Amino acid sequence: MRPFAFSRATDVADAVQQGSLAGCSFVAGATNLADLMKYDVTRPARLIDINPLTLRGIEELQSGGLRLGALATNAQTAYHARVQKQYPILASAILSGASAQLRNVATNGGNLNQRTRCYYFYNSALPCNKREPASGCSAVGGVTRVHGILGTSSACIATHPSDMCVALAVLNASVRVTGNFGDRVIPIAEYHRLPGDTPWLDNTLQHGELVTAIDLPNESFATNYTYLKLRDRQSYAFALVSIAVVMHMEDGVIREARVALGGVAHKPWRRTEAEQTLKGQQPSTQLFETFAEELVAGAVGYGDNDFKIELARRGIVRACHQAAEGTPQSQSDKDIA
Amino acid sequence: MPETESPELIPIDITVNGVLHSLEIESRLTLLDFLREKLQVCGTKKGCDHGQCGACTVLLNGTRINSCLAFVVLHPGASVTTIEGLAEPGKLHPLQQAFYDLDAYQCGYCTPGQICSATGLINEGHARTRAEVRELMSGNLCRCGAYPNITSAILQVLAEGEAQ
Repeated sequence: MRPFAFSRATDVADAVQQGSLAGCSFVAGATNLADLMKYDVTRPARLIDINPLTLRGIEELQSGGLRLGALATNAQTAYHARVQKQYPILASAILSGASAQLRNVATNGGNLNQRTRCYYFYNSALPCNKREPASGCSAVGGVTRVHGILGTSSACIATHPSDMCVALAVLNASVRVTGNFGDRVIPIAEYHRLPGDTPWLDNTLQHGELVTAIDLPNESFATNYTYLKLRDRQSYAFALVSIAVVMHMEDGVIREARVALGGVAHKPWRRTEAEQTLKGQQPSTQLFETFAEELVAGAVGYGDNDFKIELARRGIVRACHQAAEGTPQSQSDKDIA
Repeated sequence: MPETESPELIPIDITVNGVLHSLEIESRLTLLDFLREKLQVCGTKKGCDHGQCGACTVLLNGTRINSCLAFVVLHPGASVTTIEGLAEPGKLHPLQQAFYDLDAYQCGYCTPGQICSATGLINEGHARTRAEVRELMSGNLCRCGAYPNITSAILQVLAEGEAQ
């Protein structure tokens, strides 16, 4: 690994000031960053340790929502009593991802900002527009099993690897950030972005901006939810396709439904207009198939990942049934009868 | 990677298996390399060096982590326990005894990581059933495929309530 300079931030203001310099990166858990640096994919001149910052709390908001500190670990978040009670889909999604060791260290802010696991992004010997702007995309025409089918561009077909963020998408979370130009609140739908012709930008953060928290609105999805993650082995693998669903049900009718997909796009994939199809309807396979078609409309395979289109359709139907019936996918007992 | 200048050294205090070490290290030093190369505490194994296999699992302030992805400079004042520090002298840790009794290893390379990870799992208190143990141990690979016996050994210790 290349050497790098190192300093600790004393508080948020100090972190923002230090982070505004060129070549600086913030570091918290480092579970993704250390790996990227070992592969020479990321080459920070200086790491700024933000662990001394008081951003570890998980606190109830006056609105009744919940604020997840950027430095709270994924494990602390998933096992937090309020998260498990009010937003169990978030706990489920987090626990479906990575391993216990990684979740003990990886932070909520780091999870948001983790990089794609595209093989070509990780291989510094090959062209990659995300790693090296304008160098080309090796994935198009390459091995594409883990790549995107929705919202891709000719410059990049990488996917965002997070499970947590797929759950945040259906929870209408917002990301609180701070920087030299003040504080901002970014709706989760606008935090990550599609690659377009600037795939090196994963999200809408400006250089030097620091994520301080993730806010969850005051809602509860205690029963009608699921996080269904489909992958090459039953645990400790990234999603080929994952489906997050939350519903408000009333007398057997879907009052509101929100569905997001992971593993298929450069950001959690959600279409609020398609969700209107489910509104006011009684759950049925036919209804969910119609909705699935709308959610994956325009999907394009790149060869090895063609299967993801049909896998997504079927997964959406299964996940919608799980949510409507209040039988969420278990993250420990995953055998399918 | 050739270096053009000497990397900056950063002072740090860190306790390993009860012994305090005060020294100066490079920022890029991982906890795994610190244990194996600087302290010659080599029970912790380097498998993939990328957080994919769990062979390097140690307890950091009682919590299981992958030492290969931990920069030492991020953990000033931490207390690390490796496989060498789990048991009292002259006596096996309950998990070591259970792994021995139930034949929960073949080549043994993943075993220190498996046992440290299982210690963390028991301390965390989220696993009760075989399915839960399997799921929450999925960060530790065993290429010999000793998984059924590893799971049985952990379940036996869980049943005996002998977590440390």
